[in-house]
Amino acid sequence: MRPKNAKIVEIVCETPSVRTLRFDIAFDPVPGQYLMVWIRGVDEIPMSISYKDGITVQQVGEATGAIFDLEVGDSLGLRGPLGNGFSLLGEEILLVGGGVGAAPLALLGEEAKERGMEVTTVLGVRCCDDLIFRERFEGAGELVITTDDGSMGICGRASAGLSCLDLQDFDQIYLCGPEPMMADVIGRCRGMEAKIQASIDRYFKCGLGICGSCSIDPEGIRPCVEGPVIRGDKLVGTEFGRYKRGPSGRKR
Amino acid sequence: MASLSGEVGGIWMDNPVMLAAGILGTTGASLRRAALSGAGAVVTKSVGVAERDGHRGPAVVQVEGGLLNAMGLPNPSYRHFQEEIDIGRGGGVAVIASIFGSSPAEFVEVATGLDADGFELNLSCPHAERYGAEIGCEVYNVETITRAVKGSVSVPVWVKLTPNVADISALGLAAERGGADAVVAINTLKAMAIDVESCRPILGNRFGGLSGPAIKPVAVKSVYDLAGSLEIPVIGVGGVSSWEDACEMIIAGARGIQVGTALGNPEGYGIFRSISGGLSSYLERKGMALQELVGAARRFP
Repeated sequence: MRPKNAKIVEIVCETPSVRTLRFDIAFDPVPGQYLMVWIRGVDEIPMSISYKDGITVQQVGEATGAIFDLEVGDSLGLRGPLGNGFSLLGEEILLVGGGVGAAPLALLGEEAKERGMEVTTVLGVRCCDDLIFRERFEGAGELVITTDDGSMGICGRASAGLSCLDLQDFDQIYLCGPEPMMADVIGRCRGMEAKIQASIDRYFKCGLGICGSCSIDPEGIRPCVEGPVIRGDKLVGTEFGRYKRGPSGRKR
Repeated sequence: MASLSGEVGGIWMDNPVMLAAGILGTTGASLRRAALSGAGAVVTKSVGVAERDGHRGPAVVQVEGGLLNAMGLPNPSYRHFQEEIDIGRGGGVAVIASIFGSSPAEFVEVATGLDADGFELNLSCPHAERYGAEIGCEVYNVETITRAVKGSVSVPVWVKLTPNVADISALGLAAERGGADAVVAINTLKAMAIDVESCRPILGNRFGGLSGPAIKPVAVKSVYDLAGSLEIPVIGVGGVSSWEDACEMIIAGARGIQVGTALGNPEGYGIFRSISGGLSSYLERKGMALQELVGAARRFP
């Protein structure tokens, strides 16, 4: 598919460094799917979908910086939804999000609630100002907040929020956030890795499974088409949590 | 099942269906996965002297009948690539390193800096300044670069040709004079797509190369012409996505086939076995050996 033109109809400043863009076109995404977002004249980057008609972006580099320069009425080119997305399984589920990783989980939590599932969320952020989508998660079920600086909720990383839960209670655990956080959670879930679904971040260039830039060592899983959601047991023993590759393909 | 094994361009293969250069060959893990999925040999993504991030996105866009890409030769440089070749070899088939450079000296530096089972010279990438087709559309360059690499390594050397010329056979003959063990045809066709809403070219590089089903008839004609004028084997690539396509390439004169864009189809890596399986059944049904099929279209002048 060619990029579809999407006009920005609303911009919400979620935090000083995170914004949500709503478009004049809606997608029918499986929560966890992503869009290839073309910022014309700048670059094309993958972004996970946070609303049926929106994405939530953290300003981290040139392309996301250019998104922050856009105003209502400007447009982007969008390819997608791409990738597999999360698969909702069981009756009682746990969502664990770190920072802007909360974005696809909010959509997932809402869909799970609609299906009558029991949803618990643990959100880890650096400080209370970085928290996003609090109302959406509270609307879906129980919410546990952790902050690195102790400004809200439990003081510590998202994993500190897990210690007050019995992970055996959950049929399925969904992760999205910084890789060290997700690797840490998978490490704490020995024997339960197969019921974890993690949305992982790699350098996507084509989004079609052909360029190889996102390939995961050692089996060569292609997260752009076989992911971005990958089961925890398939990540054990891989590069996940240890290294990734840059745009040239070199490990870093 | 009819046997598909044999030698292609100086390399023994269980079957002649290979992974094409530029597709998934960035990492050893991908090369190994292609090999374990039934590829007869695998070709790496092109590697050069210096590390390159490639062009800005969009680097790939789907268009009518195929894909348009301008990846821009992203690679970690040959200095950081030997490990990937070694991991790829764990798949049990030959790993051919696709290499590029802007001069004979650069090609030789990369070739002598890598231990691979063969080299494929990228003299055909249509969207990188100073590289690929910019030098590979001149017969003099093709011949001198081929000769220089051939004189510096002891493994087979293949030359991948650009179709963006009036007479691809002239390039093939130049590669043959330079001592190539095979030619590979074709690389992508120069192409462009424009976004009508913004009036902007879609690719970050503005222009790129077209691959996929749309270019298969061009590839078949190129293979037919090359096979008619060269002594060395021709390896067919361009839009092969089924065993029938592979069969057509062989009948046109190809001794081997490479698959690229079709790896993006839903069956993914499964395409190697579906092509080689279909090819084998076809030969069985026809009561023919693979060698008898090569260039069979020549019977009809």
